[in-house]
Amino acid sequence: MTHVQALRCRECGREYDVAPIFTCEWCFGPLEVAYDYDAIRASISREKIAAGPLSIWRYSDLLPVDRNPAVDLGAGFTPLVRADRLAAELGLGEVWIKNDTTNPTNSFKDRVTAVALSKALEFGFKVAACASTGNLANAVAAHAAHAGLRSFVFVPANLEQGKIVTTAVYGGNVVAIDGNYDDVNRLCAELSGTYPWAFVNVNIRTFYAEGSKTLAYETAEQLGWEAPDHVVVPVASGSLLTKIRKGFDELYKVGLLDDEPHVRVSGAQALGCSPVAAAWLGESDTIKPVKPATIAKSLAIGNPADGYFALDAVRNSTGGFAAVTDDEIVDAIRLLARTEGIFAETAGGVTVATLAKLAAQGVIRKDERVVVYITGHGLKTLDAVVGQVGPTTTISPTIDAFHAAFDPEDLLA
Amino acid sequence: MSVTVRIPTQLRELSGGAAEVALVSGSLADVLAALDAAHPGFQGRLFGDDSELRRFVNVFVADEDIRFLDGLATEVADGTTVSIVPAVAGG
Ligand SMILES: Cc1ncc(COP(=O)(O)O)c(C=O)c1O
Ligand SMILES: [Zn+2]
Repeated sequence: MTHVQALRCRECGREYDVAPIFTCEWCFGPLEVAYDYDAIRASISREKIAAGPLSIWRYSDLLPVDRNPAVDLGAGFTPLVRADRLAAELGLGEVWIKNDTTNPTNSFKDRVTAVALSKALEFGFKVAACASTGNLANAVAAHAAHAGLRSFVFVPANLEQGKIVTTAVYGGNVVAIDGNYDDVNRLCAELSGTYPWAFVNVNIRTFYAEGSKTLAYETAEQLGWEAPDHVVVPVASGSLLTKIRKGFDELYKVGLLDDEPHVRVSGAQALGCSPVAAAWLGESDTIKPVKPATIAKSLAIGNPADGYFALDAVRNSTGGFAAVTDDEIVDAIRLLARTEGIFAETAGGVTVATLAKLAAQGVIRKDERVVVYITGHGLKTLDAVVGQVGPTTTISPTIDAFHAAFDPEDLLA
Repeated sequence: MSVTVRIPTQLRELSGGAAEVALVSGSLADVLAALDAAHPGFQGRLFGDDSELRRFVNVFVADEDIRFLDGLATEVADGTTVSIVPAVAGG
């Protein structure tokens, strides 16, 4: 049962019936799902959630899908891991990693895709499509295959080989575009006017975006129904950050959190593509689009559609923003792997480097309970660390050679 | 010769359903003014009360975002295509 009342424009408040539409006809503002929170409050409970499936569908009262799970590969309910070694290294207190690398296609995009394609089936679409910086491509191709939908996935041609292979293997159409993500996005926006396809992040975007809220729900549930003090979230279009914020607020609204949450939300971008961070750092109200140049290709959106909402969420919650260099990204990938045993893709490197930077600046404090969102797996962007790490030594298969390389006394210590 | 303006689905009711409208060349501001003259209503939909383009309206001249060009002062030469595209989410 869905508790959706309408779709509402975030800019001007005009309301629309539930349909595969994504912008306000009047002002082009993005539409957002409006819920009947009183009805949700009456229906939802911690016990009901605890008895639900170990996936995003345990929160179906708060998702805009009627028949759920319609498309389900098991997205969600990923580990929340206490990160004491990382915290100590950065001079922080209580730090947790929300490890979303363990999703079916190894990024948080499985959450949004499961919601989007479930809705697409309800609307009767036969073809799934998306514009992607890589992770969404994986997720859409896989979920479309599982649901028996045809798929068209559009990506920039310069994407990591790994992300192309892990998309194409599902057998759908992978269309590589000579251009950056913003070019791909514009093409898809125009194609969506011509073909009756479920473009998950164009005409289904209003529903798609709601899937990211489950990252906040799970975090609170895994902390024993408490909100953290501070979260660090990677930003590409800004949708994920905006929805994590919304998720915590909703939990209080429907009675699942006892105390009103005051979660400080900080955003992470790569310096080579940091339009939202630049607006924050420059104290500007205008987000200027940029041409991306960073190894963090999954975050390489130069013209972020939800950038203004992400900026507002960071400002209103007194969070912070950092823009980190490619070298800092690689160092942070290695730091997280070395201290916590979690291998993140470049987006995770951006997030951990931002955690380090904001900790050093005193924006993130030692007395805060911090949750860091690691949204994609390191195997997706091996190129970032190839050449940086490798065998400690290469030797012939003899004891002597081993002892020449390692001091036996040291080995027994 | 003329320029072509591609109309997004959301605004085609204003253009009588047409996906493309041909107009005379000039600055982008001139072209959009001519669009409103030919099909009244575009002005109010594309521009806010401050006479600036609304922040979720993206305009491309020859496939380039006008914020990388001269904004509304960008020259739209004969034979060029102008696209009006709503901002969309990332992936
Ligand atoms: C791994 C990863 N993390 C974070 C993001 C950011 O998501 P959003 O576009 O919602 O800001 C993306 C987007 O593609 C991503 O692939
Ligand atoms: Zn509106």
